[in-house]
Amino acid sequence: MAQNTVDQPAAASPRLEWRVAKVVDVREETPRARTLVLDVPQWLGHSAGQHVDVRLVAEDGYQAQRSYSIASPPEDARIALTVERLDDGEVSPYLIDVLRPGDGLEVRGPIGGYFVWDVMQSGPVLLVAGGSGIVPLMAMLRHHARADEARRARAPMRLLYSARTRADVIYGAELAQLADDPTVDVTLTLTREASVDWSGHRRRIDRAMLEEVSWPSSENPRAFVCGPAPLVESVATQLVELGLDPARVRTERFGPTG
Amino acid sequence: MQTEEMRLDGNAAAGTLRQVFATDVTSALTTCTACGAVSPVGALLEYGHGMGIVLRCTGCSAVLLRVVRSPGWLRVDTSGIAVMAIPVGPIEPH
Amino acid sequence: MADIPFIARGFHSRRPAAPPGRLPPGQYETRDFPVLSAGPTPRTSLTTWDFTISDSRGHSKRWSWYELQALPHETPTVDIHCVTKWSKFDTKWEGVSIDTLLHSAHEAGVDKNPFIVAFCDGGYTTNLPLDDVTGGKAWVAFGYDGKALPPEHGGPARLLVPHLYFWKSAKWVRGLRLVPRDEQGFWEQLGYHDRGDPWREQRYQGDP
Repeated sequence: MAQNTVDQPAAASPRLEWRVAKVVDVREETPRARTLVLDVPQWLGHSAGQHVDVRLVAEDGYQAQRSYSIASPPEDARIALTVERLDDGEVSPYLIDVLRPGDGLEVRGPIGGYFVWDVMQSGPVLLVAGGSGIVPLMAMLRHHARADEARRARAPMRLLYSARTRADVIYGAELAQLADDPTVDVTLTLTREASVDWSGHRRRIDRAMLEEVSWPSSENPRAFVCGPAPLVESVATQLVELGLDPARVRTERFGPTG
Repeated sequence: MQTEEMRLDGNAAAGTLRQVFATDVTSALTTCTACGAVSPVGALLEYGHGMGIVLRCTGCSAVLLRVVRSPGWLRVDTSGIAVMAIPVGPIEPH
Repeated sequence: MADIPFIARGFHSRRPAAPPGRLPPGQYETRDFPVLSAGPTPRTSLTTWDFTISDSRGHSKRWSWYELQALPHETPTVDIHCVTKWSKFDTKWEGVSIDTLLHSAHEAGVDKNPFIVAFCDGGYTTNLPLDDVTGGKAWVAFGYDGKALPPEHGGPARLLVPHLYFWKSAKWVRGLRLVPRDEQGFWEQLGYHDRGDPWREQRYQGDP
């Protein structure tokens, strides 16, 4: 069972080398997103928020490489990657249409020490996600859920998640379940939902929504913002305008590389 | 497709930077030689686009770091960084 | 130790079949026009924009945007090849030939020199042998596909040197320095080739 000991940060793990992981399970999350569950040999564990690099090599030597955030919490021995299909992408269509349980997949990681959160860090946490930016934040929420009640209460979480329509919301059922816990709050905003029976927010994340959802700056929250660059930049700027400490607002921008 | 939407950040370069610095540096604080702004590497703007890594200052857009891998070489230019503060554990007695 | 790659089952890149002889070695054809920029898109007003050709002894010739526009325009249709391995066929441009600009610069007293360094808004530079921008091989291009060159593709004007890898076709170009010795530009300093001929796969320093 992989362990992630708190006193040895995953960022200090020895060699960063390519390993062939085995796909043990795949799960359709939405019509365009799929989770791959991987068994990675000699995996030393990870921190919530980290990612892996994935490399595909074709027989003629052609190579493509992309980064994917780890969706699973450090407590799980196997890692889960949630991939969104970009129609004109090169790697995501392979991972979603072709890859199947039993296949090998080359990965390298875990990578990243900046955009990480550990449940041993007390203090309220604000998570803001745009589209597939939810993936690393889900690892943080799942990691939080595995802690005992006292620890969870010392680091309450609020998630604001922007997606296009209800069908595009990844982990919808699980998020609703996590929100049953008093230490977790989930707010969704759908920017293109046509159905009239959506009673939640129906617009892009703006300052008023952030003000409504966020912790007051007097509580000195940590914030993690992840998604497309324009959303990340505008949210990060607005959070600082709302009084959050810029050093406690961490960002990860996803490009449209597929 | 607008270039600005494709802009990634230092987190995307973390794997290659691990090979240069032998440790994760996304939390390292960089001081920009041009304007003095201090930022963690993970928050710097990345413009490599497949040619290499180019990290730029979020304040003034000056180039802080460039890395290119070519056959047999990994070339690194850190001249845009005045000081890089990498967080490490407590100093162990030898 | 050699790194033996793991072959991903069923993975191959999607490349439409290209006509034989049209693709340089190691390239694949794309129908997109990927945007690669080493920095943020500069915004320069046409009233302040200028293009300068200078030498190392202080002689220079300068054109305002309007002066450049008044020179003869050409409309080359060319294939372009990026060192990141994509090639795009039959791209249509509009611009002024570098031959025209150099001729005018030399008439104004600018020295001939065997190498050039192109410099740009935003600080990007690239170096080239003079021979690779003369003889109808290069332009200052301000039109793409029948319209004004968009900013993310180098507008208002970029260098266009299609017979070399496209990092030499410097975006947001503002001038050329004619120099006696080769001076490496932004990518060349980090190991990319001083010339960059895709037909000889001159991607990196040391490639023959």
